[in-house]
Amino acid sequence: MKPSVGHMIETRGLTKHFKDVRAVDGIDLTVARGELVALLGPNGAGKSTTLRMLTTLIPPTAGTATVAGFDVVRRQREVRQRIGYIGQGNGAGHSQRGRDELISQGRAYGMGVRPARARAAELIESLGLGEVADRKVATLSGGQRRRLDIAMGLIHAPELLFLDEPSTGLDPQNRANLQEHILRLRAEHGTTIVLTTHYLDEADSMAERVIVVDHGRVIADDSPARLKAEHVGDTILLGFDSEQETTAAAATLSGRDSHPYGKELRIRTQGGPRQVPGLLEDLRSAGLPAASVEVIRPTLDDVFLTLTGRSLREGGANADRQPAVELVEV
Amino acid sequence: MTSLVADTRTVFSRELRPLRYDPFTIIISMVQPLVFLALFAPLLPGDKSEALRWFVPGIIVMSCLFASSMTGSNLLFEIQTGSHERMLVTPLRRPALLIGRALKEIVPMVAQAALIVVVCLPFGYRLSVGGALLGLVILAGFSIGLGALSYALALAAKHQEWMFWVVQQTLLFPILLLAGVLLPLDGGPGWLRTLASFNPLRYVVDAERALFTGDIWQSTTVTGLVAAAAVGAFGLFVGVRAMNRST
Ligand SMILES: Nc1ncnc2c1ncn2[C@@H]1O[C@H](COP(=O)(O)OP(=O)(O)O)[C@@H](O)[C@H]1O
Ligand SMILES: [Mg+2]
Repeated sequence: MKPSVGHMIETRGLTKHFKDVRAVDGIDLTVARGELVALLGPNGAGKSTTLRMLTTLIPPTAGTATVAGFDVVRRQREVRQRIGYIGQGNGAGHSQRGRDELISQGRAYGMGVRPARARAAELIESLGLGEVADRKVATLSGGQRRRLDIAMGLIHAPELLFLDEPSTGLDPQNRANLQEHILRLRAEHGTTIVLTTHYLDEADSMAERVIVVDHGRVIADDSPARLKAEHVGDTILLGFDSEQETTAAAATLSGRDSHPYGKELRIRTQGGPRQVPGLLEDLRSAGLPAASVEVIRPTLDDVFLTLTGRSLREGGANADRQPAVELVEV
Repeated sequence: MTSLVADTRTVFSRELRPLRYDPFTIIISMVQPLVFLALFAPLLPGDKSEALRWFVPGIIVMSCLFASSMTGSNLLFEIQTGSHERMLVTPLRRPALLIGRALKEIVPMVAQAALIVVVCLPFGYRLSVGGALLGLVILAGFSIGLGALSYALALAAKHQEWMFWVVQQTLLFPILLLAGVLLPLDGGPGWLRTLASFNPLRYVVDAERALFTGDIWQSTTVTGLVAAAAVGAFGLFVGVRAMNRST
């Protein structure tokens, strides 16, 4: 019954078709122990379906998946014992009390009454649910319910935690709190975490590895920084006092991918901020001092746009855009 | 790893817990059959204590039938909110999810049965405690099966809840009437008695009547047990399958 050593998650050609909908269309995925991975993609991309297969909720149509060392079809109980899952909905029954749900969740994982009670109290404390844990779940706010969901997913201190859109529907403050909890969990316990999101900033700031999913397929898989550098790159915007200066500057920087637009020169490059000092120096010595400098760093949406020709923001993915611009005073 | 019994207890006590905070709903559901009994029993012909001997087991079976057929109704809401999915991801044994929920519906019915019996005592009603206990075991087996079928029905109807009610209501009354719960089947036409012979509840009711009176060593006890066990096993089989196949 020992789990095989190796990767926490390993899938080969993982596929799920619902009648003629190819929800997940052949995903090969390897997640190492201790990784924090975000599945990013628009609504309907197949993120939830992927998670539901990995958590034994639905059997794959084709392909295989090993989770925490066990096959998700043949060894369901072993997989279930080792993972935590926080689904898209709310896990606590509306007519229940939060604390009761936590205790029965612990019992479901085979914990004794006392350990379950103690663990519930610990999680109530650490997730700031003290005042609401003994109230009917139906009376809790969205943020409180979500934290209760997280607590339930953590009751048995799983080595692997799946979160499906953990912060959807939360206000920015609650979202930030939740992200902080997830990051702390990882820092303190080394839990492997797989989350799905359609919030670009969330994937960007939390995960060191982003798997971009579209139409049931993985279309990119890397760190946010490398995804952006590889697929989009930075844009340096230089402002000049006149159009003549702009044209002259373009000529001076002829080795670069630069395009003048009126009094503005746009330079597409990699590692924008590191290039700015040298660039300004070159221009100054050519007698063309820039009046202003902006480095426009790409967002993951730009990555998605480059890869698919569509924006993630369309179709209800209403993530609020973080200004991805760094201003440099000259 | 846990046992089936421990898992069932976990599910059962989770289900029962909200009632602790809301005992009023239990009281209401307990009083209902008493009202029914009070209005129906006077209509029974002949000797009252004889009539009650026939009628009390029927009322108890009817309550369990109604209650266990409702097992899936609470589930519908939990399927929507996500708490059912959350439980499916735990290592809880699948049959425990079915049995625990069905038991939650019928355990209050046991208390209710006791209440009915007590209320009927002044009217000359007598029962065999041992026989009645065995009768309740048989009834529990039947109810677990029916509860599991109700659970499977809720899973099948999760995208159109009205379907659950249509099917539940459509099946409930034929099952009830074709079991001779309220009116004896003996006087009915042949086709009706033939239909009834395919109704497992009919054998359960016959067994209950004999057992409550103390006639334990009867063939009805065996047929009742067999019918209840068959419904129980069939229900669990269908229920587990529905859970594993539900998307
Ligand atoms: N149970 C289901 N039955 C039929 N189609 C489904 C089911 N679940 C998901 N789908 C379809 O599969 C596709 C992927 O859905 P989903 O995995 O929920 O996407 P995401 O979580 O990325 O928004 C969608 O087209 C969706 O309509
Ligand atoms: Mg989803």
